Amino acid sequence: MLTALQQQFRTWLFRPKIESGTVTLSQRRIFILPTKQGWGFAGVLLLMLLGDINYNLSLGYALTFLLATAGAMTMLHAFRNMAQLEVRAGRTDAVFAGDDAQFVFHFHNNGRLPRYHLTLRDGSGNSSTFDLPQQHSTEVRLAIPAVRRGWLGTGRLTLSTEFPLGLFHAWSYLEFDTRCLTYPRPAAHVPPPASQAQGGTGALHAEGDEDFAGLRSYAAGDSFQRIAWKVLAREQGLQVKQFSAQQGRELWLDWKLLPALDTERKLEILTRWVLDADAQAIHYGLRLPGIDLPPERGAQHRAACLRALALFALNDEPPLSNLSPMQAKGAAKATRK
Amino acid sequence: MKLSAPIIYGLLLSILMVSAPHADHLPLWVSALAAMLLGWRAYLAYSGNPLPARWLLITLTLGSVGAILASFHTLFGREAGVTLLILLATLKLLELRTVRDAMVLIYLACFIIITNFFYSQSIPTALFMLATLLAILTAWIRLQTGTLPFKPRLREGNGEAVGYLAASPLWGLRIASVLLLQAIPLTLILFVLFPRVQGPLWGLPQDAYASSGLDDKMSPGSLSKLSLSDAVAFRVTFTDKAPLREQMYWRGPVLWEFDGRTWTPGKILRTAPPRLDGLSSPIDYTVTLEPHNRTWLFALEMPTQISVPAGLTYDFQVHGKSNVTARLRYTAHSQLGYRANAEENSLQLQRAQVIPRQFNPRAQQLATEWRTSLQSDEEVMRAALGYFNREGFQYTLEPPLLGMHTVDDFLFETRKGFCEHYASSFVFLMRAAGIPARVVTGYQGGAYNGLGNYYIVRQSDAHAWAEVWLRGRGWVRVDPTAVIAPARVQSGLAASVPASDSAALPFLARTQSPWLLKLRLNLDLLANQWNQWVLGYNPERQFAFLTRMGMEEITWQKMAFTMMGGVGVLVGLFALLMLRRLQAQHADKVQTAWLRLCKKLAKSGLPRAPHEGPEDYSVRVARARPHLAAGLQELSRRYIALRYGKRHNVQALREFESMVGAFKP
Repeated sequence: MLTALQQQFRTWLFRPKIESGTVTLSQRRIFILPTKQGWGFAGVLLLMLLGDINYNLSLGYALTFLLATAGAMTMLHAFRNMAQLEVRAGRTDAVFAGDDAQFVFHFHNNGRLPRYHLTLRDGSGNSSTFDLPQQHSTEVRLAIPAVRRGWLGTGRLTLSTEFPLGLFHAWSYLEFDTRCLTYPRPAAHVPPPASQAQGGTGALHAEGDEDFAGLRSYAAGDSFQRIAWKVLAREQGLQVKQFSAQQGRELWLDWKLLPALDTERKLEILTRWVLDADAQAIHYGLRLPGIDLPPERGAQHRAACLRALALFALNDEPPLSNLSPMQAKGAAKATRK
Repeated sequence: MKLSAPIIYGLLLSILMVSAPHADHLPLWVSALAAMLLGWRAYLAYSGNPLPARWLLITLTLGSVGAILASFHTLFGREAGVTLLILLATLKLLELRTVRDAMVLIYLACFIIITNFFYSQSIPTALFMLATLLAILTAWIRLQTGTLPFKPRLREGNGEAVGYLAASPLWGLRIASVLLLQAIPLTLILFVLFPRVQGPLWGLPQDAYASSGLDDKMSPGSLSKLSLSDAVAFRVTFTDKAPLREQMYWRGPVLWEFDGRTWTPGKILRTAPPRLDGLSSPIDYTVTLEPHNRTWLFALEMPTQISVPAGLTYDFQVHGKSNVTARLRYTAHSQLGYRANAEENSLQLQRAQVIPRQFNPRAQQLATEWRTSLQSDEEVMRAALGYFNREGFQYTLEPPLLGMHTVDDFLFETRKGFCEHYASSFVFLMRAAGIPARVVTGYQGGAYNGLGNYYIVRQSDAHAWAEVWLRGRGWVRVDPTAVIAPARVQSGLAASVPASDSAALPFLARTQSPWLLKLRLNLDLLANQWNQWVLGYNPERQFAFLTRMGMEEITWQKMAFTMMGGVGVLVGLFALLMLRRLQAQHADKVQTAWLRLCKKLAKSGLPRAPHEGPEDYSVRVARARPHLAAGLQELSRRYIALRYGKRHNVQALREFESMVGAFKP
């Protein structure tokens, strides 16, 4: 009964709700309570006041009152430090399971006062702390470890500040409909599928006699062996070497090629194959039970394949609204049988 | 979370500032040890070397506690307690590892500030403490914000990193100043209205208050030492005309017993209450007495009434009910003309003739000669004063040392002395001649401050004189100093000592240029107001002040409500001022009008999506509500023209605004 009432009170007070678009931190959304340190400070002040009374120290009274009122005013400062901030969720790039998903939030401070020491934190303690100058926007990244493939949400986030003296904790709850697509964790090196591709040699070489075809930017999941270290040493960025395969070579990465393994394990191996095939610029197709992606190559194809692998046999619907255009197009291309 | 060097420097500065004023009255070893520990910590922060090992700190702590015990024989009491706090704070600096440690240190620093007020609550102290508080708050803010776990991603539009906002060292100071400036008016309200309780709530340590000023003992050198102090003993405002300076004898302890060197009050005899006859020249005045941690109150000879609970002893001393530990204000009524105890108890008269026979044989002999050759007591008295006058006695602040027979040495050898020498030897001579006499200590004179129309009596005005009991006239005041150096009584110390001595005089007692004198009087006036209104603000003063402000039937509830009301109003005002600059500034009127339009449409169920521009939005709305199409298209066209067009057109803006106003979805 009591817990139910408590729950109801919390619901009324905090109004949990998943939001989209821009959220402005209005007065109704900001909560303030003293911190443990704040209570400690109150205790110290009480002791000081007793001393002042006992010893008739007029200046002691003045000092105690100064500290007390300055401390109390920090409540207003903490509130002001958050009030009227505008927040919206930004685009979040897909990651592989095992990496950190970098959720992006855009904070805009429309007011003429800088904001200090704001902390964005999720339920499991991942946090990011930042300052925000007046009339300024900033992009805050919150790194949350992506453990499983599929969609990763942030859950309810807390934006908080204890500025300036740490006596009061002002906070606001934020829950956006932003999600991060998590690809399966690529398996370690696995022998390529047995050569039975249609009209192709089929063999997928990790490295070999292909011709060097140029460089492209590094993308998550690329093999370290293909990183152009010399280019990196020249401080020209992280590039990977690409090798041109023979024209017309096609590879089918087929679920059925894999031996009887755990589904997740199979997906991990397929992910590795997709990455390797992409690195070698081979035309490759992906066949999963119920999904057929015809052979092609390029970044979009790679994203579509990885997406199919990430969401395979998961029944939750991806919200299209918050996906990056690339991901959205890739999803549309995934033809379903 | 590691504390960075600037934070440590801030904390070091705070601890240094709170403990530095204590160097004045703590043993030298404490200051030296604290300075060494602070220096060591500063070096560690500067060099980045690791903090000392735990065993070393424990040894140091135990060693310090041992040293305090050895030096003060206790851990409690004022001096020992302060020493303990300061050493603990400096030692805590050496094991400063976490934010938590630093917070403990900041709280400690606030406590140590309070302990400074045991010693001084003057205006300079208050200003210095305000500066200290600013340093503490700055360190505190830096502590709370300077420990970002990783760099914030702050980027300008072009992708350039801006970095920490809180990088500048002055930044913390600015925020701390704002906090303090906001707190000052609030503090004023609390100070005036917070219901005051008269302390103490529990027993005080014996040495809780400094005792400076007159002692109830007098030996050669004790008053001349006291007269080197500038400190104010009390201030006096006369209701009507002030008496002449040579009539201003502020009576303090009366000393009866002499052991050859030191005069003491001796044991109190319970005799008949004191009796004054033939009173004349009444005078009313108000005294603001600085705390001296003794019971006696000073009043002009002879007091008849006093406004605080006090008693008049058989020898006309005024004693309060308890030690004066806070500044005390009282009005008193005195009669300058009097006959004191014309009928004195015979025991008292006997007591007033006792001298240690084994000392000062030559003085005793001289007195006996006078006694046998002269008739009356008055004649003996005059002979003694004449002796001082004739035999080349000098009034000096730096009298030569006296041997075992203090009176003999002074009367026949050195002949140089301060008022205690004259009073002591005069009373000795009288007693040796069989005339009842006693020593009276107190203050004589006072400096007039015309700005505030009051007199300042300083420790340098401390004085000792004699009282002789004459048949029919009672106790008569005789001031032998006035015979040697009349200027002492008429114009003060500086005028009466030889020029070679004046370098030893306290700065303020020296004769000075007029403007310096004026400045000094102004400063004292300020100090007096400060004492009356800030330091002396006790329950009675609060009551009187609030009554004068028009508050009726003052109860503590009423004060508390008024206080909360005042604080509430002020905080509300601050909130308005502070939050004013937060609202998004839509200086752009076009944008404001457009947002109003969007709000209207959103209310009717067609909110604008964040990504939609004006055109897309109007097309979408037009599709959903065909009847709005024409109006909305016009509005969006005008909006685009106004907002993105090249020319600023006031007329067009007005039209647009009125169209938005008229638009009904």
